[in-house]
Amino acid sequence: MTSNESAIKQRQKVFLYALLIILSIPPLMPLIWMVSTSLKNDAQIYTTGGTSTSGFSLSSLWPKPFVWNNYPEALERMSFMVYLRNTLFICFVTVLGSVGSSAVVAYGFGRINFKFSSFWFALMLATMALPGQVTMIPIFSLFRSLGWYGTYLPLLVPAFFGSPFFIFLLTQFFKTLPSEFAESAKVDGASDWTIFTRLILPLSKPALATCALFAFLGAWNDFLGPLLYLSDSRKYTLAYGLQQFVGNHYMNWMQLMAASMMFIAPIVILFFFAQKTFIQGIATTGGK
Amino acid sequence: MVQIFQLPMFLPIPPLVCRHGPAGKIGVRRNMKSKFRDNLIGYLFISPWLIGFLVFTLYPFCQSFYLSFTRYNIIQPPKFIGLANYKMMFFDDPLFWASLGVTIKYALVAVPLVLVVGIGLALLLNVNIKGIAIFRTIFYLPSIVPMVATTSIFIWILSPQVGLVNQILAIFHIQGPIWLKDPHWTLWSLVFMAIWGAGGSMVIYLAGLKDIPQYLYEAATLDGASAIKKTQMITLPMLSPVIFFNLVMGVINTFQYFTQAFMISDGTGGPSNSTLFYALYMFQRSWKYLDMGYGSAMAWVLFIIIVAITTVIFRSQKRWVHYGR
Repeated sequence: MTSNESAIKQRQKVFLYALLIILSIPPLMPLIWMVSTSLKNDAQIYTTGGTSTSGFSLSSLWPKPFVWNNYPEALERMSFMVYLRNTLFICFVTVLGSVGSSAVVAYGFGRINFKFSSFWFALMLATMALPGQVTMIPIFSLFRSLGWYGTYLPLLVPAFFGSPFFIFLLTQFFKTLPSEFAESAKVDGASDWTIFTRLILPLSKPALATCALFAFLGAWNDFLGPLLYLSDSRKYTLAYGLQQFVGNHYMNWMQLMAASMMFIAPIVILFFFAQKTFIQGIATTGGK
Repeated sequence: MVQIFQLPMFLPIPPLVCRHGPAGKIGVRRNMKSKFRDNLIGYLFISPWLIGFLVFTLYPFCQSFYLSFTRYNIIQPPKFIGLANYKMMFFDDPLFWASLGVTIKYALVAVPLVLVVGIGLALLLNVNIKGIAIFRTIFYLPSIVPMVATTSIFIWILSPQVGLVNQILAIFHIQGPIWLKDPHWTLWSLVFMAIWGAGGSMVIYLAGLKDIPQYLYEAATLDGASAIKKTQMITLPMLSPVIFFNLVMGVINTFQYFTQAFMISDGTGGPSNSTLFYALYMFQRSWKYLDMGYGSAMAWVLFIIIVAITTVIFRSQKRWVHYGR
């Protein structure tokens, strides 16, 4: 390589970095703006250098002074802690239910040769594409007639019947596990249940973690479920509570952003701790 | 990983399924009894899903078909009224057509844009330079923000007087629109929001790019192909199954688009029905007016539209989706 070529390469690199940095502004800006707003007071938002007549200035992003009050006030006004407890409870139960039941079903599909198994498996894949709207009304009517309206049961019980996507993911994973151990265990008289709990599950921790993470996110973000089934405001989840907060007549941006921040923070922290699991899951699923 | 992308989501793919359970290997010595045992145990293991399928999918699926021919307000039992719901929907309900129009318009704009942005980002970020992981994280970050929070952030940054976007426009002496309050701009606001989250699909494309064999590029380089030519002749065709998958899912998801529309309009679909998405209108009819027969009819029309569009996209794939090596 001549020095001329490496100079061009160098210049390309500089150009690429510059491009990447400029393109990073749109994804980051709303988040920075959220954090900044959550640390300001009314006066800082509506007067100092922050009206559309004067235009945006970078220095306005830095709160002067920092106002921490929005956080405790948002906690109070939104009953954040109550909603957090409700949400965590729902998350915990749905993670347990959907991962557990999906793993059991996946063992059936992935490791046992039974009649029509491929038919059922294909049917299960097909249900993934069925829009939720089609089944929504009869399911609502069913839960209502069981007297479950206003309780968490409609949000929790379906989780225990397996989630097609998790079943698919785990089935594929279980198939990749070597069958020698399982066979020798079988010869020794171990039942399928023993093989499943003692052999397969311990070997499948990464796949189970991916499912658990996505079950958690699904429950954390779920908006439609609580909207349809919860009536008592003490039972609201965070996602639903946040929407109610937005919908309130008076609009306190600082508190809204503080609340949004506290709603997002656990997910972002989780993301940085489990980045690999996240990406793995997204890359295999094709989306949220 | 790539196997999953190539998998047409809702067609049975026999070769992929259950070819080698451990039981298959014992083969020769299997008798009727052990076969029966395998069947029994197999069905026991899949029974949670099977029961769930019957109760939460098959039964509601058929039931909603029946309900679509009834008047049903959930309190009284459904009353059969024939095709009245469908007749009203097609001939007497301008809001139904409005909601269909909003949804299709959004699908035509947002789905291709998100696709292009996602692919563009993936191509850009598929380089090996120092710190690239940080940039990938930055672009990916918006897509993990929960939808409810994303929407509340966008309601704030699109606020007419003091919102971020209009403040930035003011630097250039542009008087920004009132965004979510102006029916001409609501849809675009939602499109911006969708593009902001396009980093989620970027990851899928990145995974797809990693699976393209390097020798194809090497061969093309030897032939003197330019970077653009290589993208056109190698990258995009090799990526087409992933693009296909995202296109299908994007269209399906648009017809279920709900949370964002519900939030920015406080459930009304306003201003001037500009955010009255199909799923939102169906929700209004069913839960606000308790017209669940009509809602079920809308659900079935939705189902048929999705099946039709998906079929068309699937038919088209022969022309542009490239499977195989």
